[in-house]
Amino acid sequence: MSDSVVDPEEVRHVADLARVDLDDAAVERFTEQFADILAYFETLDEVPEIEREEELANVMRPDEAHECLSQEEALRNAAETEDGFFKGPRVS
Amino acid sequence: MTAKAVESGDLATVIGLEVHVQLETETKIFCGCSTDVEDDEPNTHTCPVCLGLPGALPVLNEGAVEAAVKIGKAIDADIPEETTFHRKNYYYPDLPKNFQITQYDAPICQDGELEFSVEGQRTSVGIRRAHLEEDPGSLQHKGGSIDTADYTLVDYNRAGTPLMEIVTRPDFRSPDEVRAFLAKLEEVLEYLGVFDATRDGSLRVDANLSIVDAEEVSGDGTIDASVLEDANRTEVKNISSHKGAEKALAYEETRQKNAISRGRAVEQETRHWDESKGITLSMRSKEEEKDYRYFREADLPPLRVSHWKDEIPIPELPDARRERFQSEYGLSDEAASKLTSTKQVADFYEDVAEQFDPDLAATWVADNLLGELNYRDMLLTDVADRFDEVTRLVELVAEEEITAKNARETVLRSMLDDELDPDTIVEQEGLGKTGEDEVAAAVTEAIEENPDAVEDFHAGEDGALNFLVGQVMQKTGGSADPGQVNQLLRDELT
Repeated sequence: MSDSVVDPEEVRHVADLARVDLDDAAVERFTEQFADILAYFETLDEVPEIEREEELANVMRPDEAHECLSQEEALRNAAETEDGFFKGPRVS
Repeated sequence: MTAKAVESGDLATVIGLEVHVQLETETKIFCGCSTDVEDDEPNTHTCPVCLGLPGALPVLNEGAVEAAVKIGKAIDADIPEETTFHRKNYYYPDLPKNFQITQYDAPICQDGELEFSVEGQRTSVGIRRAHLEEDPGSLQHKGGSIDTADYTLVDYNRAGTPLMEIVTRPDFRSPDEVRAFLAKLEEVLEYLGVFDATRDGSLRVDANLSIVDAEEVSGDGTIDASVLEDANRTEVKNISSHKGAEKALAYEETRQKNAISRGRAVEQETRHWDESKGITLSMRSKEEEKDYRYFREADLPPLRVSHWKDEIPIPELPDARRERFQSEYGLSDEAASKLTSTKQVADFYEDVAEQFDPDLAATWVADNLLGELNYRDMLLTDVADRFDEVTRLVELVAEEEITAKNARETVLRSMLDDELDPDTIVEQEGLGKTGEDEVAAAVTEAIEENPDAVEDFHAGEDGALNFLVGQVMQKTGGSADPGQVNQLLRDELT
């Protein structure tokens, strides 16, 4: 796929926004892959339109409380916790 | 900006606001977790939706939409035929999904306005839009400030609380206008029953401020859009109260004017209001709008609720109620304004006014009660469970059981300071109006004990009667009616 569609600076910017640290080799790899992914959408554009289901609107639920997860359940996937909180690095 | 304007200091301040208010619903905006979090343990009001777990799907809370429509009605906004939700993408642990569900190009309320008064002057500010979104969770930066902390603790109890973001036009010309607007906005929201001002963090404000040449302000107070576009503005974040808004913006106004008068340009940037230090500080620049990569939230179908505007009733709003108080109870504009300042005050006033004389009720609620509460830094909410006692006190005055002076200066104060009920205080202090016999006896006594004063009275000395009245008042412990004593003495002496 052509490298001209996506340039490495864009990949670095997107990585920065996602707080992901990429080395030069990874940037090069992702630059190619981003271009590939965008090309897939071009392929999708070639799919003929089909009749859509009628569009939904106003899907709402009444303002009634349901049971919540326990603190233990809520924290089960957390790598680190402290006093019932999720614990993570400094985030300035 | 012209050099002349800079030199003469003939500058005008332009302020616009983004006000975030938490909507008072039972549950979060996209899941059924209760919003009644208060002092609960962290992370005990969560579910797969507000924790952003894979596969969880948001479902919109009808109550939040109703609240939004009510707000739209109250600010006279348009509710468009169709409104939609978007994802605002950013990576910060306060939202575990890495995006916030909000509204972008089709907000639920557009083009409204809110009228308020500043120092007796009625004015109005345009509301560009108001939209629904979810509140993020709350972070604690441990072991230092946000920049120096050792680590972060995250609580998602608040994550998903419904928020309305209300965006004004840049119509404010001074920080005190902002304060008055915010007070009025809170008042209206409380009247609507969609907002609880006592909840911590229920109102948060971001403000944009810039300085322009005063000559650019036209006669009707408007400023050309291109002038505003050219003026460098700062966005001040982290404001959490009316007073804070006024202080933060007064600081920022002075800071920008000082920069301009020294010939320096104001940098377009985001600044953080440090409440404890009373200053604004430059924040490291964050994402630009395009970096949020807004796109339609495919999990939430569009909303078509413009007809709700006709179907959902809203209560009488403060302005209408103020006018009614003037016509119905014959109150002055000032008294009516005071008595409609919050829904609770107005409701309580009406309750008292229905039982007693409306003027007496106004004096008691607006002047005496609110005055004594204000002196103690208390709100009417703080005595909400003692309205019966206050009503009883007004009754004691209305039925002339005690004098107005004693009621105000002794009973009311003791009620607030000692938490006693009015009848107990009246009894303890012996304030009940003395029986007629007792007053008559005191009059006779005073005359017998003070022949000199009686003589002076007959000689035409004005002070003598007052002296005798004082003697009688002393004998009755101040509970006799001075006018009545005066009359009795005259009757006896002439």
